[in-house]
Amino acid sequence: MIKRLFAYIGQYKKYVISCIFLMTFDVLCEMMMPFLMAKIVDVGIPQKDIAFIARVGGLMIVLALAAIGFGVLNMRFSANASQGFAANIRRALFDKVQSFSFSNIDYFSTASLVTRLTNDVTQIQIMLLMSLRILLRAPLMLITACFFAMSINLKLSSIILIAIPALVISIYFIIRSAEHLFSTMQQRLDSLNNTVRENLIAIRVVKAFVREGYEKLKFKKVNDAFTRAAINAGYLISLVMPVMLFILNFTTITVIWFGGKMVSTGTMGTGELIGFISYIMQILTSTMIFSMVFILYARAEASAQRIVEVLDAKVDIVDKPALPEGGIAPSVSSGKVEFKDVYFRYGNSANSNGFNNKKGKDVLSDITFNIESGEIVGIIGGTGSGKTSLISLIPRLYDVTSGQVLVDGTDVRDYNLKTLRKGIGIVLQSNVLFSGTIRENLLWGNENATQEEIEEAARNAQAHDFIMNFPDGYDTVLGQAGVNLSGGQKQRLCIARALIKKPHILILDDSTSAVDVATEAKIMESFNKNLKEATIIIISQRISSIKEADKIIVLDDGKISGIGKHEMLYESNIIYREIYDTQQGGLIL
Amino acid sequence: MEENKKVYGAGMRRGGGGGRGVRSFEKPKNLRGTIAKILKYLGKSKFLVAVIVICLLVSAISALAGSYFLKPLINNYIIPGDFKGLALALLFLGIIYLVGAIAAFLQSRFTVKMAQTTTNIIRRDLFDKMQSLELRYFDSHTHGELMSRFTNDVDNVQLMLDHSLTQLISSTLTLIGTVTMMIILSPILFIITAIVLVIMILISMKIASKSRYYFKNQQEILGELNGYIEESISGLKEIKVFNHEEHAKKAFNRINEKFRVTAANANFLAGIIMPIMGNLNNICYAATAVFGGILILMNRFDVGSLAAFLQYSRHIGQPINQITAQVNNIMAALAGAERIFEVMEQKPEVDNGNITLVNARRTPDGNLEECEERTGLWAWKHPKDNGELTHTELKGDVRFFDVYFEYEPGVPVLRDVSLYAKPGQKIAFVGSTGAGKTTITNLINRFYDVNEGKILYDGINIIDIKKADLRRSLAMVLQDTHLFTGTVIDNIRYGRLDATDEECINAAKIASADSFISRLPHGYHTVIRGDGGNLSQGERQLIAIARAAVASPPVMILDEATSSIDTHTERLIEKGMDALMAGRTVFVIAHRLSTVRNANAIIVIEHGQIIERGSHEELLALKGRYYQLCTGQIELE
Ligand SMILES: Nc1ncnc2c1ncn2[C@@H]1O[C@H](COP(=O)(O)OP(=O)(O)OP(=O)(O)O)[C@@H](O)[C@H]1O
Ligand SMILES: Nc1ncnc2c1ncn2[C@@H]1O[C@H](COP(=O)(O)OP(=O)(O)OP(=O)(O)O)[C@@H](O)[C@H]1O
Ligand SMILES: [Mg+2]
Repeated sequence: MIKRLFAYIGQYKKYVISCIFLMTFDVLCEMMMPFLMAKIVDVGIPQKDIAFIARVGGLMIVLALAAIGFGVLNMRFSANASQGFAANIRRALFDKVQSFSFSNIDYFSTASLVTRLTNDVTQIQIMLLMSLRILLRAPLMLITACFFAMSINLKLSSIILIAIPALVISIYFIIRSAEHLFSTMQQRLDSLNNTVRENLIAIRVVKAFVREGYEKLKFKKVNDAFTRAAINAGYLISLVMPVMLFILNFTTITVIWFGGKMVSTGTMGTGELIGFISYIMQILTSTMIFSMVFILYARAEASAQRIVEVLDAKVDIVDKPALPEGGIAPSVSSGKVEFKDVYFRYGNSANSNGFNNKKGKDVLSDITFNIESGEIVGIIGGTGSGKTSLISLIPRLYDVTSGQVLVDGTDVRDYNLKTLRKGIGIVLQSNVLFSGTIRENLLWGNENATQEEIEEAARNAQAHDFIMNFPDGYDTVLGQAGVNLSGGQKQRLCIARALIKKPHILILDDSTSAVDVATEAKIMESFNKNLKEATIIIISQRISSIKEADKIIVLDDGKISGIGKHEMLYESNIIYREIYDTQQGGLIL
Repeated sequence: MEENKKVYGAGMRRGGGGGRGVRSFEKPKNLRGTIAKILKYLGKSKFLVAVIVICLLVSAISALAGSYFLKPLINNYIIPGDFKGLALALLFLGIIYLVGAIAAFLQSRFTVKMAQTTTNIIRRDLFDKMQSLELRYFDSHTHGELMSRFTNDVDNVQLMLDHSLTQLISSTLTLIGTVTMMIILSPILFIITAIVLVIMILISMKIASKSRYYFKNQQEILGELNGYIEESISGLKEIKVFNHEEHAKKAFNRINEKFRVTAANANFLAGIIMPIMGNLNNICYAATAVFGGILILMNRFDVGSLAAFLQYSRHIGQPINQITAQVNNIMAALAGAERIFEVMEQKPEVDNGNITLVNARRTPDGNLEECEERTGLWAWKHPKDNGELTHTELKGDVRFFDVYFEYEPGVPVLRDVSLYAKPGQKIAFVGSTGAGKTTITNLINRFYDVNEGKILYDGINIIDIKKADLRRSLAMVLQDTHLFTGTVIDNIRYGRLDATDEECINAAKIASADSFISRLPHGYHTVIRGDGGNLSQGERQLIAIARAAVASPPVMILDEATSSIDTHTERLIEKGMDALMAGRTVFVIAHRLSTVRNANAIIVIEHGQIIERGSHEELLALKGRYYQLCTGQIELE
């Protein structure tokens, strides 16, 4: 999996290559050290040649200074490379997530996506950083040290042939099993983060039901589960060090034994033995470093899998391939909407999430109607009857299962997504505002809107007055998700945000449920006055909101039970009449 | 006013002012206090810590002893050719190494356990603390900011415990041991080493302080980055609908780039200590070799000793290296820890009440008596100063006296609100949006406390009631519906944890949720994820109502509970609720007049003040604001 991610190194490749060269020089310098030292002890001292000793010592100092230069540069480039790599991956992930369709969003939980973009990417960054700093060093050190060791004494070097495989095999087994433990750990981290997140979002629910104790217990469970996973992984990793120490030290002992014999028979000098021992040490430490990086690698591998899962997620709603030669890209111009034999069900996308609500059961069936441009259309129907699902098909938030949705006579699937959605203003049923000022939030609809345009939209949504009542007006800072606003204030801001888009089709999904009737009437009035051109689709549970509509669609359990004007439906549609009566009965003045 | 905004705004945007104290290092402000607190946490695994330190000592000593043996090995056995002696000595050496390896094993194992259990407790305490904080705290801190306490900050502490502390201890031990050995072997040669050492320490201090600055920056931008990721992923649907992807990507890129640069600098500075120290060490080695060689020529030193000395001098840079790197990490961790402790030291919700809620039973002589089981009758248990207990029946009588309230100083939201709700009444609040209806309910259950005036509940001032008991006496359906990851039935049971499955299903029936739930793929055991993203808005509200119904509380507050539910279903719910809440008090907030029409009393609120009160008919006859609200919808005809 990591291998696949390496493609994201991109423009930072040059740093990786430089790192490799720098490290080679650095290691060569370092490797010369014990060799030169052996010269001092074996040649300089016995021959009492002070000049020789000074010369070799001087060479060592020069090499060390050069090595500092290489080392510092290496640090610079490895930092650049690894952070650049991480930034590229994060960016690719973010871009990918931004291209997700609604069903992709339904599939991945928010907490898990956030962990993948943060913690998981960090694991990979650390892995690359450490690799560039030490991993490459290890084989180089290994090779040079082997070379020097063999040049000192070939026979003694055969010990290495036993020690290294022993090390490699034991480390391999430890790491193999670690990978799986690390992936459990990341999963549990997800649920840990999810619990914290949910508690932050729903803190009022927790407090209202006095469930602090219960939540603490819940958190304790996920926390403990995470800790258990982390300890398991840690335990396994803690084996690595002692195993290596063990092998390393016993190799040293063997070398001293056989080397000692050679010294006494005169086939080897004392200095050579000391030099040899330090090369052996180096060979083994480099193997050790190797394995340390492999531990990081195991951890990064677990994270890489989670990252690749996101990158590979199939986005089921994408633009059509390029237009045929000479074709004109369609755009929303008048706001006609037509549904033809539409059937729709959730969870038939590539990433079904197991929830698969009413698998096999259509949420919408046999929906056919059309809306002329400039019309105001009301949609009413029972809870869960499919109103939201119906309007989600217009800006192509989901794709129909069968049938066709046409906007201005063109199938929505033939539009460029951006163009389609640009022409459609939609206020979702759950209002999400972002931290920042009111103005920043409103500008979402149109980045280049002038103050006049902002105010006009706010006035049309009946939001201007309350905004001006805040001490800072349009520059009032909103808390997370607009906590410092009342429900109706949030809804009106969301409406204003959609109005700034000046859409051809405006869809309000239950967007005035927390707005009082008088204010709502004013909103409707200004729509009538100022948005004559636009097609307006209003979902509401309040008859009063839609009674005046040109057309009312009554939905019942995913099917259209009636379409028409208020009077006509009141006469002919039992469901509609029942709703009307429950709301109006006894109110007639 | 200006001032308010700043204070308020500052809390909202973490990491916004990165450029502030340019030279302020990532040094914790109250180093001592923070260390003391961490030590207290470590104190919980005292035994483990002791074992770890012992193991560390043993493995450090064994490593030192190992290299000290080189000299006698060469001088005493190899050069004279005494192989019997050599064999014995090597055996001894082997034992030392073995002990060292075992100690190293135990040490790393125990360290894992110690570090993980300690951070486990820290996380838990942090979470527990979070649960006790007042709502104002959450109003002024973003989720991303609080999340990063749990992630980045705890991670740094974990790294410190897991890695830095043991490294620091073992490096210090190694350093002390090495220096001692070198002094014993040759005080003269050590002078060279000492000079280089001093240089090393000076350099590393310089680098460390610089890298702390960058690290602090890195952490700050990391917070910003994570906050942005968190927010833009939670609001992804909004982003899509507004074609805001490009904009979001741009904004993300800006932070991502900023982070890349800062983090690369931090990594770089943290890293350069390594090659510099390592090679200074080599220089030291060379100087020692030359100087030692001269000493040997002058017959003031022997070859074996020089070999051993060089062995030490080769490795003296490593512990210093380690020490500086780890001190850096530890500083960062302490700064993280300090942020964690800052949250832990926030003042919790004030709760001075001592009156509690108990289940009650009527004795034959008409008095109240406390009992264990649910009787549908509750009493306030009121401990008096003289140790006596009195029981007052919970009737659900709520009265406001001249209540004045503001969220932010200087912006009154409620003014002179006086109202009463008699037991068994259904009281409705209506009024234009932002009038303060939700705020009134927030005061009843003490999400916020009144600034002036008082609220009496069955004649008791609510600040004398224990908060948990006050809230237990009220079941609420909040305006914003939130559900938890878990099955449908678990979400309903949230209202009363000991409710049986049957009771939960009954509650669902009262809330008219039963029919849609039973159509879900796994019925009541369908798992809800992502705050109920797979349900329709109305269905989520139905579950929230069922959740309140299963609590079957003395008083119920429904804040726009049925705003997204069709009126037919609403009727059914109303019927169920009326039966459930017969004789109990209910507060309803709604904009749909059909919802409030049947209330015993309708209270009309405008601009934080009560302007009308009466039944539906009375208010219509009054031809005031309520009349306008009603006719506002009829005007359209
Ligand atoms: N947590 C908060 N911090 C600061 N101001 C707040 C906070 N919550 C609400 N407000 C402000 O208090 C005022 C009253 O809000 P409240 O939520 O009580 O209105 P409401 O009558 O329930 O309105 P709606 O019908 O729209 O829900 C509003 O102006 C709102 O901006
Ligand atoms: N993302 C989703 N994945 C799977 N099923 C879903 C999803 N969203 C909604 N559903 C299901 O589809 C059905 C129709 O939902 P929809 O949101 O369209 O209803 P609605 O008419 O808008 O209801 P309400 O009035 O409550 O908003 C419901 O039964 C709901 O459980
Ligand atoms: Mg809906």
